[in-house]
Amino acid sequence: MSAIGASLARIEGIEKVTGAADYAYETTAEQETLYGWVVQSSIVTGRILDIGVDAVLALPGVVEVVTWRNAPHLEDTGDGELNVLQHAIISYRGQPVAVVIAETLETAREAANVLEVSYSAGESDVLMSPDHLRLYAPDKVNPAFETDSVIGEVDVALADAVTSIDHSYSTPALFNNPMEPHATTAEWQGGRLELVDSTQGSSVTAEQIGALFGIPGEAVHVRAEHVGGGFGSKGSPRPNVPLAAIAAKITGRRVKLAYTRQMMSSLAGYRTPTVSRMRLGADADGRLTAISHEAFSQTSTLFEFAEQTAEATRHMYAAPNRRTTHRLVALDVPTPRWMRAPGECPGMYALESAMDELAAAAGIDPIELRRRNEPERDPELDVPYSSRDLIGCMERGAELFGWAERDPRPAAHIDGRWAIGTGMAASTYPAMAQPSGAVVTAMPDGRYRLGINATDIGTGSRTVMRQIAADALDVEPEAIDIRIADSNLPKASVAGGSSGTASWGWAVTKACRELRISLQTGMTIPPDGITVTATTDAEIAAQEELSRHAFGAQFVEVRVDLDSGEVVVPRMVGVFAAGRIMNPRLARSQFIGAMTMGLGMALHEVGELDTVLGDYANHDFATYHIPACADVKDIRVEWLDEEDTHLSPMGGKGIGEIGIVGAAAAVANAVAHATGIRVRDLPIQPDKLIADLPARF
Amino acid sequence: MAATRIEVPRSAIAITLNGERTAVEVDNRTSLLDLLREQLGLTGAKKGCDHGQCGACTVLVDSRRVNACLTLAVTLDGAEIHTIEGLSDGGELHPVQRAFLERDAFQCGYCTPGQICSAVGAIREAKDGWPSHVTEDLSAAAVVLDDEEVRERMSGNLCRCGAYANIVPAVLDAAGEGSDDGTDLPRREEFHPIPSVEEVAG
Repeated sequence: MSAIGASLARIEGIEKVTGAADYAYETTAEQETLYGWVVQSSIVTGRILDIGVDAVLALPGVVEVVTWRNAPHLEDTGDGELNVLQHAIISYRGQPVAVVIAETLETAREAANVLEVSYSAGESDVLMSPDHLRLYAPDKVNPAFETDSVIGEVDVALADAVTSIDHSYSTPALFNNPMEPHATTAEWQGGRLELVDSTQGSSVTAEQIGALFGIPGEAVHVRAEHVGGGFGSKGSPRPNVPLAAIAAKITGRRVKLAYTRQMMSSLAGYRTPTVSRMRLGADADGRLTAISHEAFSQTSTLFEFAEQTAEATRHMYAAPNRRTTHRLVALDVPTPRWMRAPGECPGMYALESAMDELAAAAGIDPIELRRRNEPERDPELDVPYSSRDLIGCMERGAELFGWAERDPRPAAHIDGRWAIGTGMAASTYPAMAQPSGAVVTAMPDGRYRLGINATDIGTGSRTVMRQIAADALDVEPEAIDIRIADSNLPKASVAGGSSGTASWGWAVTKACRELRISLQTGMTIPPDGITVTATTDAEIAAQEELSRHAFGAQFVEVRVDLDSGEVVVPRMVGVFAAGRIMNPRLARSQFIGAMTMGLGMALHEVGELDTVLGDYANHDFATYHIPACADVKDIRVEWLDEEDTHLSPMGGKGIGEIGIVGAAAAVANAVAHATGIRVRDLPIQPDKLIADLPARF
Repeated sequence: MAATRIEVPRSAIAITLNGERTAVEVDNRTSLLDLLREQLGLTGAKKGCDHGQCGACTVLVDSRRVNACLTLAVTLDGAEIHTIEGLSDGGELHPVQRAFLERDAFQCGYCTPGQICSAVGAIREAKDGWPSHVTEDLSAAAVVLDDEEVRERMSGNLCRCGAYANIVPAVLDAAGEGSDDGTDLPRREEFHPIPSVEEVAG
């Protein structure tokens, strides 16, 4: 029986439910470790004039205060956000200006609170808008996509269209907010740096931190046995890592440092606010003649992050005339980074809302509209899809949801104080794989030891890697001892881009298959075992050029309170076609989790910019609402069996992100159906509905 | 604000921690959460916000769930405290822990100890007849938990991985009031100790 496809429970489950799983801040005893606390700038731009270090050093228990004056030199690696404490210039509010190091947590916190910092403040610009004077076209968008694409004559086709729409949709700054705030424990041992870090990839952290300190990546040892979520915010080192390493270097002691929840909005990355101007044109049959998606987002002055907001639009629907553009403005803000499905998530909110508006304008059912615009080949890459089953997802989702009974008229179903509506949207996410290495050893006792530098940020990768190895070795999963999340293992890619399973699993499969061949020669296994190491650079480079994407369809029912404008979502249905599913139990958790995050994006989450203070004002869970238990009702998930031989040897497309893509649009479309009110600026909070709600019935 | 504090007041307290009498001296600024995590080595209770907004630090004080981050340790002299580490009896998991495993009611695991302690408290509160915001009969001797009651009572424990759809049935299973008979549950795997890197790398 194949281990892949089995609903195995998480290997580390018992550790997690008993409190025995140690996260990055929890691996040392107090007496051996100093506490670091970050002090952040209270101005947006300008210079530090002075820092009252002496007064704080006089406090009992304070060991050191590190500022730009005494911090060790860091190399310029092209990411100004990581070049912490190198000069007195301030580039955004909340930028680290000092680290206080003390014997206890209480002392470190108090000392940081009373540290006096004087500044000379400058002018600042923190507000992104689609008509900002300093908009520019970046060279590429994340990670290496073309900034613009133009095919055909979009403006002519739009002018000639029988039905067309032209609307702008916006998504606010969103904060990843994994439950574990970023944390690092650092210790120097001679010229080597030991880190226990809350990271999505210990290989990339070792390399980048080594480069900052001017030492080889091999001199930095990073462990991340358990990571309390990331959602992109731990996809590369953030300032916590160099700050902890600096503190350890300057004191010659082991130091641990964690962000407060409040620091997470300025020091961890976030989803950029976006504006998407969508123009769609269709003929009398509802076939798209033109698609135009102009995306606007922000970056910081320290590092260019250009979100690929319009990228998904390039692959979704057929149309002879098409245009996508990305424009960026560098503001005096913290650097936005990856947050679950960067690009696809906000971009598909716009596209799928626009498709719903077009369906209404053309009088065509939203599923039928998408069916009529199903492309045979990738419309921009002009290559075949490795597989594409959006239609299957929509059909199965419609069946599960009961879409056929839907009355398409808006605001037609009022039940007392509730307006009830339904909506759907499509989902997509690219299927990617990156080069990785794995090591596997056959032991004389019949057991196997697998080392793969995967990270388990909650995905279940530790468990799935063992399943993949079991099949490749043709043994029971229980025969395999697995080790992950340690940079001393062969280099492997980050837990991001929904690519972890494909990337790591490919290397695991290759190493295990090669080991099996070695074992078949009949040689005796020596006491140390027989070890095989494999890397997949060649296989990844040799992939044929195809359009590889997972697809899905999400269906949502909303009930809108006509008295308050509150939106309740009693049920969501998601159906996905994402290649082979490795572990149904874990996959279901990923899908419902991402749909839940999408629900938060639709209804609750918004970074509220204070243009006077120059910062997002809501820095905690009291003011930035993420979905709570009571917000989430019935979520039903299914997937289609999809065999795709053009992927990794395991045949999966990756599932970490697709569940959030389309969820917000499905909610917005359902709200429009329930109330007749189209909200084009997320989140759909009561104030955007209350003035225009239909009357109670 | 000038840095003038010189004295750090400290106090001796005695608590019963997971059934064991424990005497500790604490900095008066120390929260129960930091006492557990930094002084007593019990890191099961997690710090997700340090402001009582996420519930990751939930422990049971005198059988009631509290946010350990909002509770000053110095106020707890004589209190009985149960943490996630004390919930399993020897090798035997608590029913709520077992239900969380069986329902895959977590992903990253960081909120999980708090969710579990909170669920233990919530089940107890319902049995004791404490109404919630959604309870209809305010005078009932015991509240029967259902989906809506559990969602309401567990809303002080945030989960960014979004495991709520599994947490609710897990809590109902543990409360003995789940509608699912459990026959469709996947098997639970035996726990294997994790080897060292050196062992694996050879």
